[in-house]
Amino acid sequence: MKEFMLIFRLKDIADFKPSPEQMQERMNWLAGIAAQHKLVDKGNTLLPVRGSAKTVKSDSVVTDGPYTEIKEFVVGYIIVKVDDIDEAVEMAKGNPIFKVGGNIEVREVLKRD
Amino acid sequence: MEEATSHQDILPHLFRQEYAKMTAVLCRHFGLEHIEVAEDIASDTFMKASENWAIHGVPENPVAWLYTVAKNKTKDYFKHIAVFELQVKENIKASGFEIEGDFDFSSEIIADSQLSMIFTVCGTTSSAQTQICLVLQILCGFSVEEIACAFLTKNETIKKRLHRARTVLRNENFQIRPLGEADIRSGLDTVLKTLYLLFNEGHFSKTNNLLIRKDLCSEAVRLTLLLTENVLTNTPDVNALLALMCFQSSRLDARTDRNGVGILFDKQDKSLWDRSLIDRGNYHLVNACCGMEISRYHLEAAIAYWHTAAVDEIKWRHILPLYDQLLLLEYSPVTALNRAFACSKIYSCEKAIREVEKINLSESNYYHELLGYLYSGIDINLSVQHYTRAIDLTKSKTERHTLRQEIERLNTLLSSLNNNK
Repeated sequence: MKEFMLIFRLKDIADFKPSPEQMQERMNWLAGIAAQHKLVDKGNTLLPVRGSAKTVKSDSVVTDGPYTEIKEFVVGYIIVKVDDIDEAVEMAKGNPIFKVGGNIEVREVLKRD
Repeated sequence: MEEATSHQDILPHLFRQEYAKMTAVLCRHFGLEHIEVAEDIASDTFMKASENWAIHGVPENPVAWLYTVAKNKTKDYFKHIAVFELQVKENIKASGFEIEGDFDFSSEIIADSQLSMIFTVCGTTSSAQTQICLVLQILCGFSVEEIACAFLTKNETIKKRLHRARTVLRNENFQIRPLGEADIRSGLDTVLKTLYLLFNEGHFSKTNNLLIRKDLCSEAVRLTLLLTENVLTNTPDVNALLALMCFQSSRLDARTDRNGVGILFDKQDKSLWDRSLIDRGNYHLVNACCGMEISRYHLEAAIAYWHTAAVDEIKWRHILPLYDQLLLLEYSPVTALNRAFACSKIYSCEKAIREVEKINLSESNYYHELLGYLYSGIDINLSVQHYTRAIDLTKSKTERHTLRQEIERLNTLLSSLNNNK
């Protein structure tokens, strides 16, 4: 078994606050992973809003807001435990984030300890 | 002005909610050997409320009103005892009793006392059935009649059972004290087991009365929810059990028709499933995943999740390995039967029949029901035989009714097949 982090990204800040239906759908997706005992860490939300996000660059340049050089910003993550990256990708495909134009990056976790 | 809430509407509801809390706080002061005193004061308080509210109307804050009365009644009781003790034994000082002191009904004290009470009542060495009666009486404020109704037994039987349980409770515990981490570690498994059984008593109850079944289930949910509200007891196992209860409760309304006759899963009206309970279940299932260990509640909650979330083959492909794990963790013939059913959904009825016949449970109605179902598409005569045997064995009237209907259907099918020959 390997661990993978699923990193959630959005393009539009207006999509950040989900509707109750979206929350419900997301929770249902997450519970499906939990029901297979493949959820290692339910993760957290990363607030992209003013006052909760800054980006520090070289020469002590600090800008307001999350890192958006790629016109997208990270809103959260979870960690799953699966056989291989293909399984993690299949899992990611069921997430409702795609309905609001978001995407998911799947990355294997290499433990440093 | 709005029509004032009548005291007859509000009192039964409050009684259920507050009686157990009040008794728990009072027991902390009196010690469990005097649990009757605590219960008397709580009952007296509600008695006074019913008289007073009938005349003066329901006070603005009914709960606060109840606790003020309970507090005064308790003080009176202590004073009475103190005077008595002084007169009989002059040496004893009244100050031996904490009349003012830390005696209060703050929400913190209530929560703590209730938690201690849950651990104490669930932790005695009585049999499971007896334990559940005690839980219903002390923690849920059920009357003897209500408990008898839930168990389809006579009042006298329940009274005897409760009497025994209370003796055990008193002999094993002298006082209710705040729980430490060690108490929680050693006692939590037993508490969960009792709450699990309480829930199942409602979910698989012998009674057809949907109200009683719902009452039992919602009381089990309420007590489990209480455990999630305390940092020390908000463990993965507790969340898994709560998730299981939420998923199962979501289907309560769909499981029986208006006459209390059971409806098979495949024929249930899914629009009757309670979506908010499923959401709640999802939430707790996710919260249950932060530990390394997997309990039977995790596995059962996961099985219940798939029943609410997916259909047909996908569902059963997820469920079958969960039953395998459950059997490894804790073998039970009933789980093995459930596994065989899942097996028939993925593979074939023939394969499932071979599995069932390995299980030694021929005295159970469920065993014959399952074989009846599995044979129905293979050998109608054998199927009817098993269903008939199940009717002899079951204690449930509604189940007998459902099974008879099924036999009738099969017999009609059989005769039409013979006519066509």
